[in-house]
Amino acid sequence: MKRSYLFLPGNQPTMLQNGAVLPADVLIFDLEDSVAPAEKDAARELVSSALRSIDYGRRGLAVRINDIEKPYIKKDLEAVVTAGARSVMVPKVNSARTLHHVAVMLDLIEEEYGIEKGRTKVIALIETALGIEMVFEAATSTPRVEALALGGEDLCADLGCPRTKEGTELFYSRSRLLLAARAAGVDAVDTPFTDARDEEGCYADTVYARGLGFDGKLSISPHHLRPIHRAFTPTEEAVAFALEVVDAMERAKREGRGAVSLRGKMIDLPVLRQAERTLELARASGMFTAEMEGAPE
Amino acid sequence: MTRQTKIVPSLREAIRQSCLRDGMTISFHHHLREGDRVLQTVLTECSVLGLKDLTVNASALMGCHRSILDFVRDGTVSGIECNFMHAQVGQEISRGALEREVVFRSHGGRPAAMVRGESHIDVAFIAASAADAAGNCNGKQGNAAFGSIGYAMPDAEHAQYVVVVTDQLFEYPLLDASISEESVDAVVVIDSIGDPERIMSGTTRVTRDPIGLLIAEQAAKAISASGLLRDGFSFQTGAGGTSLAVAQYLGEIMREQGIVGRFASGGITGLLVDLLREGLFETLLDVQCFDREAVLSIGGDARHGEISATRYASPAAKSSVVDRLDVVILGATEIDTDFNVNVHTDSNGVIMGGSGGHSDTAAGAKLSIIVAPLMRARLPLIVDRVGTISTPGEDIDLLVTQYGLACNPRRSELSSRLERAGLPVVSIHDLKAKAESITGIPARVIHRGRPVARVVSRDGMLLDTIAMIED
Repeated sequence: MKRSYLFLPGNQPTMLQNGAVLPADVLIFDLEDSVAPAEKDAARELVSSALRSIDYGRRGLAVRINDIEKPYIKKDLEAVVTAGARSVMVPKVNSARTLHHVAVMLDLIEEEYGIEKGRTKVIALIETALGIEMVFEAATSTPRVEALALGGEDLCADLGCPRTKEGTELFYSRSRLLLAARAAGVDAVDTPFTDARDEEGCYADTVYARGLGFDGKLSISPHHLRPIHRAFTPTEEAVAFALEVVDAMERAKREGRGAVSLRGKMIDLPVLRQAERTLELARASGMFTAEMEGAPE
Repeated sequence: MTRQTKIVPSLREAIRQSCLRDGMTISFHHHLREGDRVLQTVLTECSVLGLKDLTVNASALMGCHRSILDFVRDGTVSGIECNFMHAQVGQEISRGALEREVVFRSHGGRPAAMVRGESHIDVAFIAASAADAAGNCNGKQGNAAFGSIGYAMPDAEHAQYVVVVTDQLFEYPLLDASISEESVDAVVVIDSIGDPERIMSGTTRVTRDPIGLLIAEQAAKAISASGLLRDGFSFQTGAGGTSLAVAQYLGEIMREQGIVGRFASGGITGLLVDLLREGLFETLLDVQCFDREAVLSIGGDARHGEISATRYASPAAKSSVVDRLDVVILGATEIDTDFNVNVHTDSNGVIMGGSGGHSDTAAGAKLSIIVAPLMRARLPLIVDRVGTISTPGEDIDLLVTQYGLACNPRRSELSSRLERAGLPVVSIHDLKAKAESITGIPARVIHRGRPVARVVSRDGMLLDTIAMIED
């Protein structure tokens, strides 16, 4: 379950170390915006070393590489892929061509270092008007794409609109990215909430994104992990209903029926999928203990 | 002698009248923390009067008290007893600035030593923000209000001669007297006892450090899992950012579960005042105010009570608050694999703190929790043997770090409860190994110089000595 994606500046050893204990679902080691040009080489070394030596447990590990227009791209990819990164976040994705280019480089690196082909996945960061227009093509440009993520700050700058806490200016872009993600069968990750001190604001923003259908949210602050996870925690009533749905559908399956009545309503496969997603979120939120599920974790 | 007033025209005159002589002991409290001006003013007068070889017995020496070293150099002061010493003073003491050993006690051990006759105070100088002509005084009123005056109460009771030093005189009788006229010999009015804004020294706000918050959240969960968190719960936490965050998270759990605590005690901050006002605690027992919110609250809320150091923590008292504590949250500079804690010296063996109420609350509370990051910069928290034993390991029950929780092996039932609650319980040896895998094993600096200080337990026994450092 990937609800929270936390950016960690690639040039800060303490933050890279802290990533091992912070409760993020995915850590994104940043080589791009948070690292000044003079520190690019040092950050690359540091991130590569952290990936090799620190035990990050079950957290997903991704690295945001530099813009493919920049000269660092090959070094970035080679360093992080060989150090074991399973995902790279590609910034400023404006076209299928951008990702195709990255995929070709990944093919070569994986082949050269004897890494299973296709192991390294791609998170496409969409943060321009052109990127939004081309988002479905980008999502389907290579099977390496595992998620589409929205970068609201850069996008607003490109659109020429103010970035507000309410985020109404992003409604269309969020919806467009979400549709593309669903159509392409990849995850949709919402833009970060940028006020590190406003945890309630982050919670409300995440509830909204979850309501639209997003699977997770980018985060620029460890303080946002709690509100993000809280927003992705289903209510006890929703979990109880989901359990009933799963139970009812199992009964229907045994009886050879495709739909069944529950509390006077018809339950079918789409409802079952929603219920399964609710239970998955409940598990990720720690609402079930192994004992409750009747099986060891 | 019957007198209409005890007001003495100057501090110098008050010192003369007290019959203070060379070699005697004078005492101070530290409620004005980094804003205190009384200690320096009194020592300046003593120096002008040519007094020599005085012992200063202060509840704490803060950074603003570093001028005491000037009075050590000119011979006015030759002895120091305290419960806490700021690094700015400690560094010089560690280098041998004082010939006699400093005596470190705890906040409860200090009044106990007075009762047992181990610590005799000739003249107590008590800073008060409000006083009347008979010496009734408190720290709750006046322009320089600092709140509770709890640490000075034993001084008033036991000193041979008591001088109240104030900068704001009230009409007799000052009704809400924390220290009563019956124990006061003289009252001196000076221009300023200090800057009350600077009582907010140190960290009195909830940390924003994500690792500190993570540790605090785990500690709050541990308290919840311990079985002690129920109606009537009692709690104490220090003023460190992580300790305060524990109170914040605990408040969330109490709110969610509808639990009302009986009291929170010790040094009080605005955060605890908020919990009181919200009804999550019924009372506050305050020996020291850490911020402006606490000062305002103790002056106006009957549920926020002032307690003396004796009532707070003295093992010589017939009973004390710390013995009724369910949970205390404490910090540590170092902790060893036997759970002994050091809060006196840094990794180089230099004095930078003291017990304060650490060892008192650890001894009294049913559950004593240390919250600390497993590494600070490149220094691991857990060592084979602490540089200085401030609180014996037998009084510490649980260590909470960002990499897991370690229970004292004496508390196996606690360990089982925490494990059942799904908390990551590991052995302290595993935590130590984890830290060393990241930082390496630092070489211990061993000083073989003469002792510059001795740490005395709350019961008056020698716990440890601190050696002089060589440059």
